[in-house]
Amino acid sequence: MLSLGSGGAKSTKPSFVSYVTPEEIKSEKDPPKQEKHPDLLPGEVEFCSANPILKYTQDDLSQRGVFGTLFCTNFRVTFISDEKPQEKTDKTFKNKLYGENDIPLMCVDHIYGVYDEKRKLITGGLVKNKYPSKMIIHCKDLRVFQFSLTFSKEEDAKKIFQGIAHHCLEEKSLKCVFAFSYMGTPSPEMQWKQETVMFDSPEDWTQEMKRTKANCRLVTENENFELSQRLPKYFVIPLTIGDLFSYQGKGLPIWCWSHYSGCALFKASFPPVTQEDGDFQKHLDTMINAVAHNHLYSVKTEDLSESLPNIQDIQQSYNKFKQFFLIENSTDFWLSDVKWFSSLESSGWLDIIRQCLQKAVEVVECLEKDNTNVLITEEEGTDLCCVISSLAQIMLDPYYRTLMGFQSLVQKEWVAGCHAFLDRCNHLHQKDKEYHSPVFLLFLECVWQLVHQHSPAFQFSETYLTVLSDSVHVPVFSTFLFNSSHHRESVMKAESPLAQSGPLSCPTVWDWSVQFDSKAQNFFFNPLYLEKVKHDRAVRKPHKPKHQRNLSLPSTAFKTPPKKGFFKDETDSLKKMLRVKRLSRWRGSPDAPAATTREFFESWQHRPLDYHGLLLPCLDGPAVHIWMQRYLRWIPEVYILGGGSVAVMTKLMELLSQVQDLKRVLEQRDSSQAAKLDHRPYFQHRLLSFDSSGRLSSSFPFAYTCYRSFKPIIPTGLMQSLMVTDSLASQEDEASSVVSFV
Amino acid sequence: DASGDFSKNNTCKLTFLVTDWRPSYYLFLYFLLFYSSDKDIIYICPFNAAVKGKVFITNYRLYFKNTDSTPVTLDVPLGVISRVEKMGGASSRGENSYGLEITCKDMRNLRFALKQEGHSRRDIFEIIFKYAFPLSHGMQLFAFLSQEKYEENGWNVYEAMEEYRRQVLPNSEWRVTFINKNYELCDTYPTILVVPYKATDEDLRRVAAFRSRCRIPVLSWFHKENHAVIMRCSQPLVGMSGKRNKDDERYLDLIREANGTTKLTIYDARPNVNAVANKATGGGYEGDDAYQNAELVFLDIHNIHVMRESLKKLKDIVYPNVEESHWLSSLESTHWLEHIKLVLSGAIQVADKVSSGSSVVVHCSDGWDRTAQLTSLAMLMLDSYYRTLRGFQVLLEKEWISFGHKFASRIGHGDKNHADQDRSPIFLQFIDCVWQMTKQFPTAFEFNERLLVVILDHLYSCRFGTFLYNCESARESNNVRGKTVSLWSFVNSDTSLYINPFFTPESSRVLYPVASMRHLELWVTYYIRWNPRILHQQQSPVEQRYKELLALRDQYLKKLEELQLSDSTHLTNSSTPNAATPNQHITHLQTPF
Repeated sequence: MLSLGSGGAKSTKPSFVSYVTPEEIKSEKDPPKQEKHPDLLPGEVEFCSANPILKYTQDDLSQRGVFGTLFCTNFRVTFISDEKPQEKTDKTFKNKLYGENDIPLMCVDHIYGVYDEKRKLITGGLVKNKYPSKMIIHCKDLRVFQFSLTFSKEEDAKKIFQGIAHHCLEEKSLKCVFAFSYMGTPSPEMQWKQETVMFDSPEDWTQEMKRTKANCRLVTENENFELSQRLPKYFVIPLTIGDLFSYQGKGLPIWCWSHYSGCALFKASFPPVTQEDGDFQKHLDTMINAVAHNHLYSVKTEDLSESLPNIQDIQQSYNKFKQFFLIENSTDFWLSDVKWFSSLESSGWLDIIRQCLQKAVEVVECLEKDNTNVLITEEEGTDLCCVISSLAQIMLDPYYRTLMGFQSLVQKEWVAGCHAFLDRCNHLHQKDKEYHSPVFLLFLECVWQLVHQHSPAFQFSETYLTVLSDSVHVPVFSTFLFNSSHHRESVMKAESPLAQSGPLSCPTVWDWSVQFDSKAQNFFFNPLYLEKVKHDRAVRKPHKPKHQRNLSLPSTAFKTPPKKGFFKDETDSLKKMLRVKRLSRWRGSPDAPAATTREFFESWQHRPLDYHGLLLPCLDGPAVHIWMQRYLRWIPEVYILGGGSVAVMTKLMELLSQVQDLKRVLEQRDSSQAAKLDHRPYFQHRLLSFDSSGRLSSSFPFAYTCYRSFKPIIPTGLMQSLMVTDSLASQEDEASSVVSFV
Repeated sequence: DASGDFSKNNTCKLTFLVTDWRPSYYLFLYFLLFYSSDKDIIYICPFNAAVKGKVFITNYRLYFKNTDSTPVTLDVPLGVISRVEKMGGASSRGENSYGLEITCKDMRNLRFALKQEGHSRRDIFEIIFKYAFPLSHGMQLFAFLSQEKYEENGWNVYEAMEEYRRQVLPNSEWRVTFINKNYELCDTYPTILVVPYKATDEDLRRVAAFRSRCRIPVLSWFHKENHAVIMRCSQPLVGMSGKRNKDDERYLDLIREANGTTKLTIYDARPNVNAVANKATGGGYEGDDAYQNAELVFLDIHNIHVMRESLKKLKDIVYPNVEESHWLSSLESTHWLEHIKLVLSGAIQVADKVSSGSSVVVHCSDGWDRTAQLTSLAMLMLDSYYRTLRGFQVLLEKEWISFGHKFASRIGHGDKNHADQDRSPIFLQFIDCVWQMTKQFPTAFEFNERLLVVILDHLYSCRFGTFLYNCESARESNNVRGKTVSLWSFVNSDTSLYINPFFTPESSRVLYPVASMRHLELWVTYYIRWNPRILHQQQSPVEQRYKELLALRDQYLKKLEELQLSDSTHLTNSSTPNAATPNQHITHLQTPF
């Protein structure tokens, strides 16, 4: 059929060196002929397979690899090596759902085919005819796989290629997502449920209002999504809002969090656009008025769609950015090393992170310093509003820096808060690019910056964040699968009768035991975290109110926004409405928006750092870093053997476990006296001790690649950019001939 | 942390000095006060706007203390000053436009505004100009005036013979020669040299004739297991005509033969074109025909002028304000990190070659800048001894100081000629490379970042004799050992400050840093340390936590010990097996340390 020739003919002219030559494979393969199959998850079905397939090792250009079988199931693409599994199965950090050679279908980002030395992006059209000699898969968790299809039978190769392309690239319906076939047994210990607040019941919201001493109203009218399908099932609004139905589900200020001073943070989508301008304006006024009434009649509004990049900008920037980490070989790596910094900058991704953090700091400043209410708005109110409000809450409230607090925050702002995960992550491979955007990842990136700068303030580790960012693309969890609460409920309701009798067994991502055993989960905890000694754990320690709360203040206490230009001055109508004269506290202050936040940051910086208090990020150029663990973990060229922060952490862990052993011994001896030496609750069972016998690489715990030899990696193409054109380069070292004048 | 060590020892004395400055006190402090402003001077702080205060100038430092509410003090050793300028003239209008601008070698500039009346500016300018540049005024550097006393004598840190013996030298392949004991062979080399056993002193003299400034190939480091060596030298004097020298060729072959290396690798640190260009001035490189058993590799590291300009550009983007809008591309355009990458990857290649059993020869043009960087970094990678606090001092003394890195010319100690083309931050670049390595291998070095900063501070301060002069012979004739204090006296008197708590000795390990831009980062805590906006954590949280835990462990151990003591006093009823457990624990726990 195809003139490309059969697999046998192909195998005679490979242009690469491999561990096993194809001929050897043939002879070796025939007698045992034992078929290998992946260990399927409950509900997983095998679609197609091909053998032998060569999986290239990423190491270098030598084009070596391992032979094995490539499978495509309804959950993943998986490669099983013909070689005996190596003795490295005692990996401490192992994902139970997928291994190093598994790619969950949802995790596939792009597939490239190499046709006659030319690399082409595989899209629907290309699948039909020819299959490529080499298939390159870029994953959303930044792994890169390269498979040679030339050794297996033509039919098999074609089938596996088309199968993979079909299941990973073609638009599909939500019901085809593996989560709906997955029949894993729910974890017996529902520990996650006890601690992570899901915000799917009125009690959760009441509790949260109580915790933050909010003075707002819980809305239960949307229980059956009669108000709006875009609104959460339950939510909280300012007390003064009256008729909910007049809002048509849009432009409702939704409460996020209350500051101890009484002021609060609200978010809202844009009010419905009607024929008459007046309506819109009236609506806006009511909205702002309601928020202002929450505390001291002061409010600042910020239209995030005006001051931050939109979701398409974010998507474009990330697409550029991630390319720098999808490294296929050493040559690419060193070529891209030359212009590394300017490449990063040109993607704009770090700048978007900086802008988001900056905006969150501004929100924090309003709440913390000016004690004004803040209302952030955006078209849908579920993208950047989620980013900014979550970040502000993390900076202000130490509870959200604990692991359970953080998970609860994600539930509150993102999952219950109706972030359109399905559309934004493009789980269904829809062609319409308009709705895709890594907004949630952007949030995690910003959190990582905070974790990186103020490590002891966070109970969770960067490994936790990395794993969470990966889990978005694991099609097993319900957490990231829907566009809204309504969507979730309607799908789940519709699905449950089909799936036998019981409810759909779709775990939440917070049930970490689905992916990791308890030993591996230890990596989620930050050993540097300084837990605060508290009496009641759940309730946030009430701050000493610095500002006297004076609710009886008349409207003269109306606070004007101290900033000009940035936080959008309230609409004129607001001024009219409240009939208050504006005062300007900042005479002659520069119009540069960052100037006052800079002052805010500096005054914060001058105070002694309290990890359980307000936390602000430094946003100067050198302070914003790349999330090395997430982005560089699969690139062997950057592995530092026995180095990196892992080396220090290992030492710390060792010492920590020694101290705890000692403490235990002492306690045993003192048990009669019941004298407790130290009340600080070291997380006893969470303690992990790395196996320090083997030298760890800097990409630990993610580096699956077997430990590299001791040979150093010597950069190539060094002089590429260093074209020093001026005369200096050619000058003599000793300027003996040059007479220098003073 | 403006010369933090200094303030630690002397702040109290200085405040004393500020409040009560009768002459007797200065003598006691070994400092002479030359200037104190009776009127307020305005320090135009780039971070806090203008600060009013008083300036005091001694023969060692410029000291500024605020008199208004902004708490700002400056403590600047005069040695760091590279340039003093008057700004503004009699016709200057505008606030604070008349005064002084001081450019420093340590990545900062200082601006003072003065009143136009009187001769205040002239006086202060003249005093600074005179004492910041004593050599230009026929005076001595401060190190010769200081009478500091320390318990330790840092001049004993490095004894060449001792260090060679540590490397199991001399041996059957390598001998020690005293041919240079009066600096007759080479005036920029130390007196003791290690050369191939089979090379006679006569051979050495003939080779010297063919090497730039007589800097013949001599041994820097010897691999105890595979007997491969790192040799250092200057370029061969090939010239335009492509001269050859049989003795030099034979000499290199003797090096190769010493451990049976099949092909000697010569690393020429320069870019290929520069090496070629050097032929025009009589230099050049080892040609293929002449040196048949050698392969030549160019490492593409640029010269001192390129490095100087690169650092200048770096200063422009970090001082006084950090370039904001395009930080990464600005950083890239300075090429500073790229030069670091080239130096490091050169050193990696040298270390890799040596650890695979082949001997190498390293040179650049004169063998005192890039060569010193490469050999010392390779040695740091290969030999864990140099990663200890003491070993690092030995490494600096050996590869940099004794082998004639021209500190005086590169830094310009006490010299007013700020535009001197010989100045270049080669040593700073090396320390930066070391810092990059400590970042990548945080448990492999016994010393911490603070040591590196202190070394750089006193590279300029002229308080210690360690980095003064260009070579051993000059140091000897000026009796530096006898008349000045060594920096290591100061450092080794309180080593606790410079110890990295995470240090885990691993003797046989070769450290290969990753020389990729992905891992190289700007040394913010050095280059941007004057900027209060950049977060400077006194101690990293990890380090702080680690120290807390160490203290806690000691506390527990002590408690256990006490309990055991009380147990043994009540030995009669200690038949329980419990008593044994803690014992085992203690022994078990102590082993890793």
